[in-house]
Amino acid sequence: MNLQASLSSESRRRQILASGHVVAEPTRCIQCGICSFNCPINIDVRRHAWLGVEIEDSYCLTCGECVSSCPRGVLRFERAELFLRRQA
Amino acid sequence: MTRHVILGMGITGMSAAATLRETDRSAEIVMVSEDPYGYYSRPGLAYYLTGEVPEKQLYPFERQDWTALNVRLVKGQAVGLDRQQHLLQLRSGLPLEYDRLLLVVGAASVLLHVPGEDLKGVVKLDDFADAHEILSLASPGKTAVVVGGGVVALELVEGLLCRGVKVHYLLRGDRYWSNVLDEPESQIIENRLRHEGVELHYRTEIVEILGKKDKVEAIRTKQGEVIRCNLVGRCIGVRPRLELARSAGLDVERGIMVSEYLQTSDTDIFAAGDCAQVFDPQTRHTFVDSLWGPGRMQGRIAALNMAGQKIAYLRKVDINVLRLANVMISVVGAVGSGRDDDLVSVARGSSETWLQLPNSTSTEAGTEFNHLRLMVGERTLLGGLVLGDQKLSIPLQDLVDRQVDITPIRSKLLQAGPELGNVLMEHWISNRERG
Repeated sequence: MNLQASLSSESRRRQILASGHVVAEPTRCIQCGICSFNCPINIDVRRHAWLGVEIEDSYCLTCGECVSSCPRGVLRFERAELFLRRQA
Repeated sequence: MTRHVILGMGITGMSAAATLRETDRSAEIVMVSEDPYGYYSRPGLAYYLTGEVPEKQLYPFERQDWTALNVRLVKGQAVGLDRQQHLLQLRSGLPLEYDRLLLVVGAASVLLHVPGEDLKGVVKLDDFADAHEILSLASPGKTAVVVGGGVVALELVEGLLCRGVKVHYLLRGDRYWSNVLDEPESQIIENRLRHEGVELHYRTEIVEILGKKDKVEAIRTKQGEVIRCNLVGRCIGVRPRLELARSAGLDVERGIMVSEYLQTSDTDIFAAGDCAQVFDPQTRHTFVDSLWGPGRMQGRIAALNMAGQKIAYLRKVDINVLRLANVMISVVGAVGSGRDDDLVSVARGSSETWLQLPNSTSTEAGTEFNHLRLMVGERTLLGGLVLGDQKLSIPLQDLVDRQVDITPIRSKLLQAGPELGNVLMEHWISNRERG
């Protein structure tokens, strides 16, 4: 991967982190709680995942700890609608 | 006031209780469980064994959740069922009267049926008590032998590895989870296991567990080999707990027989989750599965029917996402066939519906670490498996679940090759945007 491609992928990653939020696929959740356990600011991610609601907690750092620690592929980043609306 | 009694406290029972409370705020709901640990994430035990979560994290319900649910909890073992009198007999205490009874008694690990199985050190992973027993026996320097296939066998293998235990993994057949995975997929998992230090023994069957002073000391294989060990894990499948239903004269086969309304042969008794054998009006077949998602949904449907509604349980596409040997894997819809010599019944965390061989063509692409397999039907995708990188997991689930027309890309899919993933992703994006 050349420098430009590498920077572009890093830039995309940071954009997602800055403008995205964590969404859940509740049918996959087995309530193990690893997500909540790994949240550095103690958001109850599991409750959100179980109910199928996106994590719109204003304290969420979008650090990705919950996404990467989930062993069941429940969580992912998605661009927040708020930003999409602003862009439109 | 109708009295609903729920026997069992896994995900299906909890889902039923929550639905009953949501439907009728004044209903009397009694939950009976013999598990002293109450409600916890049973699949989460795997991550408790690896040390990724502490014990208290596995309890999803907090005090306010129990208050909102407003159920009476009864700790006890049900030993009899008087259907005429509508009474559930408990081992101790007075019989419990019910108007509607829901059996969500779950499934239990199958015995190996070899001499020495009652020795201390022979373990399974059905519940919290089992997990505690495993942790009390697993310490660095110990050796374990794990027997069986499917998800739980590897959860146990990985848990033991994380505790510094040397693991021998015995497979009766030629490869791991052969009724769901194909050969390259099994190989990826087996290579990862070897990389982590697991010693795999193929075509090896345990015939005797040897012990000293009631403790496991070794196992003997059919070939006569003796492997010294302190622990033996048995994971050859689970079977629905049928004793109570059978003794009460309810219809049972592989599971407790229920209609699409999750009603047993007694109209006031319902059954759901991994103890139930459910009639599917779409295929007119019955099936047993032990997945959490369907368990949760069946609990909900059973509760609505107990509350007087008439709602059929219509199966959706079964999915499970797992981490096996540190590799993420999504199994969607129908993917497998044939038999698995390492399982004598359905494995916990899997579904019989995965094993129906669909009228489809298999196509696949992959590398040493990532693998994508699709079951391509005439107009739709019928199932698939994503192993390794999970970018395609949600798109695959969505395409199979919504039965999206794949006619425009079918020939490209059948060509397989490295572009398979891109073709799938682009089709999903274009259909998603249109939708």
